[in-house]
Amino acid sequence: MTDVQATRDAACEPLLDASHISKSFGPNPVLRDVSFDVRPGEVHILAGENGAGKSTLLNILSGIHTTYEGELRVGGVVRRFLHPKDAVRAGVATVHQELSLIGPLSLIDNLFLGREYTGRFGIIDTRRQAREARALLRELDLDMGALNEEDPVERLPISTQQLVEIAKALAAKANVILMDEPTSALREPEALRLFDRIEALKRQGKGIVYVSHKMDEIYRLADRITVLRDGALVGTKPASELPARKLVEWMIGRDLPSREHTSALSGDVVLAIEHLSVRSAELPDADGRPDVDDVSFEVRAGEILGLAGLRGSGVSDVLHALFGDRAGRVSGNVLLRGRPEVPDVKGRGRKTEERIDLSRDLASPDEAIDRRIMLLTNDRKGKGLVLDMGSKENASLASLPRFSPYGILRDRLETSATARVFGQLGVKGQVDAPVRLLSGGNQQKVVLAKCLLTEPEVMLLDEPTRGVDVGAKAEIYALLGEWARQGMAIVLVTSELPELLRLSDRILVLHRGQCTAEFSRAEATQEKVLHAAFGGSAQLGDSPSTQPDRVKS
Amino acid sequence: MKLLRQLLASPIGRAVLALVGMFILGLVFNADGAFFHWTTHRDMLRQLSVYGILSCGMTLVIITGGIDLSVSSVLAVCAVGFSILTIHQQANPWLAIALVLAGGTAVGALSGTLVGRFKIQPFVVTLAAMVLLRGLAKHLSGGQKISTYIAASDRSVELPAIFEGIDARVLGDNVSIVTLVFLACVAVSAFLLGHVRLGRYFYATGGNAEAARLSGVPVTRTLVLAYALSGLFSAIAGVCQAAQEQQGDPETGSGYELQAIAIVVIGGTNLAGGRGGMALTLVGALTIGYLQKILSINAVGEASRLMLTGAIIVCAVLLQRRK
Repeated sequence: MTDVQATRDAACEPLLDASHISKSFGPNPVLRDVSFDVRPGEVHILAGENGAGKSTLLNILSGIHTTYEGELRVGGVVRRFLHPKDAVRAGVATVHQELSLIGPLSLIDNLFLGREYTGRFGIIDTRRQAREARALLRELDLDMGALNEEDPVERLPISTQQLVEIAKALAAKANVILMDEPTSALREPEALRLFDRIEALKRQGKGIVYVSHKMDEIYRLADRITVLRDGALVGTKPASELPARKLVEWMIGRDLPSREHTSALSGDVVLAIEHLSVRSAELPDADGRPDVDDVSFEVRAGEILGLAGLRGSGVSDVLHALFGDRAGRVSGNVLLRGRPEVPDVKGRGRKTEERIDLSRDLASPDEAIDRRIMLLTNDRKGKGLVLDMGSKENASLASLPRFSPYGILRDRLETSATARVFGQLGVKGQVDAPVRLLSGGNQQKVVLAKCLLTEPEVMLLDEPTRGVDVGAKAEIYALLGEWARQGMAIVLVTSELPELLRLSDRILVLHRGQCTAEFSRAEATQEKVLHAAFGGSAQLGDSPSTQPDRVKS
Repeated sequence: MKLLRQLLASPIGRAVLALVGMFILGLVFNADGAFFHWTTHRDMLRQLSVYGILSCGMTLVIITGGIDLSVSSVLAVCAVGFSILTIHQQANPWLAIALVLAGGTAVGALSGTLVGRFKIQPFVVTLAAMVLLRGLAKHLSGGQKISTYIAASDRSVELPAIFEGIDARVLGDNVSIVTLVFLACVAVSAFLLGHVRLGRYFYATGGNAEAARLSGVPVTRTLVLAYALSGLFSAIAGVCQAAQEQQGDPETGSGYELQAIAIVVIGGTNLAGGRGGMALTLVGALTIGYLQKILSINAVGEASRLMLTGAIIVCAVLLQRRK
């Protein structure tokens, strides 16, 4: 299908044509003579590592950066956007990676924000807006659940909010839609729904620019692929002529090393979880279903245990519960077997074996860190980093007591310890400059450094490669393998199935808070895991234990 | 020119630039040479000190992402309490100081508990504390100034030596004790922010409380301590204020909280939290101090003084903006 469209539109007039674009920030060129166009009815993937210039190019196309060299044509007419509004008026809309909806406002108010239909005296024509909004929502087949378009948009699931962003682009009558990693907050079935919508938009003749790091997604959607590296154009090719291996090579300038982690399941059980349940934080009016429902499993030293599940399956809650971050809602027991020679974080000796009643003990993250359990959250900027602090200060934050005997910071202790892990992880850049200035991959390594500095025996990883580029991903994979070899017990949650399959020694699948299947590394396939994640039973031939989630495929 | 650009690149450089600008203004409008006398600067520092002490605590609280509107009322309660204890009760002055400082700290800790533990917005908590404590100051004093004249028995007592002791000048009459207290508060706060774990926790909590919590930072305790320290500094300011006024006035210090906030903001510490520092606040305090002094030696009327102060705060903050 993609081949057909790619060839069909070859002669078509581009909707958006950027030629010979160059841009520098101060003395640093970030884009060098890049040409790029979008034709009607195509998805044009923009690929490249972080820092390759993708965001800069998108920002020029969407009117955020206004100074650049080169020429931008929209529908054949030369344009120079001075403001994002100009781009929207010209029919170029953007769906940002981070949602730009205003939470407390209703869906309708968000859709028409900044271009409200107004009558005399600037009074908003609410009826007309409601009518158009409903038409748009029908078009997108938006699942609003129990809510309607008058409710605050923040109450909708993230995936629906992402679709609202697209509706917003359509409300602006856009012909070209720029999407910057729109699936980074979505899980598999939600992403599938988004892809359906993208196909529909293609059929309507819209042109779509799509930035992504995920291979399967790229090849599912792409008509053409353009790759940037270090601000320069590597090339543009129809997707059918650019195999994945070649694409990676274009992106990182070399072949991706295929390091796979192998481990024997012979380590001691470090963590045994018995009957873990997490009550839902929502009011009982939802459906009274707990977030996690009586889950038991074990993790061994040196093992990477993958937890698979769709959004809402409770996988993330399992990690947070074990980290003391669901206090008051958790029940169940944990048997923690630490190595006796390792003292706790404050340097005290500790019991080799501890039985923790989760409803009583382990009431906050610092208690978990004390017991050498560490969590990497799935939200790097929101929950992982203090963006104004330097990478050194961020990395040391979770183990600061070690660097400040009697409460007084010892700069030399802190600097040498962080320098050591930064060296191991390959963190680049000024250690004192705010981490907000670092690339996504480097930021993630700072978070990993923070986790590593607490010297955990149990590492809970929630989406450790979210929003990092291919090169950094490979480095992180290698690191996790290395940590497991050194005897760390790792519990991994990721929404990228290939990643889960590649890294895990064993995979546990959760559906609606319950464990539905367990696979060894040898047994696991994408299909089996996904089937179980939708609520299907592990054994073939069994009927699904519960109804599949609201998913259309 | 290059130096100027380098200066403008850092917050402290921009703050110093504003101070230098203010100083040049003083050299130009020197009120027939009054600006060239050390006594002018000495008095400026003395008048600045109480605000400055308040701004130390304010800096800590603002770095945690909060605000403390109650500093002026804590100051008043402490000024009144200190005066009652020393003048009326003839208590040991050091014991009185210890009691007052402990009281201020406790009040701050209570505000901090409401902010940290019960997650009430700092603005609301400290606004309520501001009103409540002003009432307490009036209640304790019976609405009267606590001075050496005792109305009930229509007699005067002697002013305890501690008052003049605190209001004295040392180093050959060149520096006020209160100025030294102010500088000590700045030094302690600066050390806390730069070299103490708690100070790092202030920045982390103000920068991203959730990330801090998930890194094992005891966020609640950190907030309680920030407000407790602000209470402590307010109490110190209260004792200094009482000494300078030689009485405990329940109305004293009204509006000082805004002065303290202005000092922090002019220094360049961001009200959003997570950024800033004591060096900035010190420079901000000097900028405000010189502004007030220049206006007063040039006999600018109160109306113009207020308007000019407002305008200059805006200009200073515009200069502070990150490019």
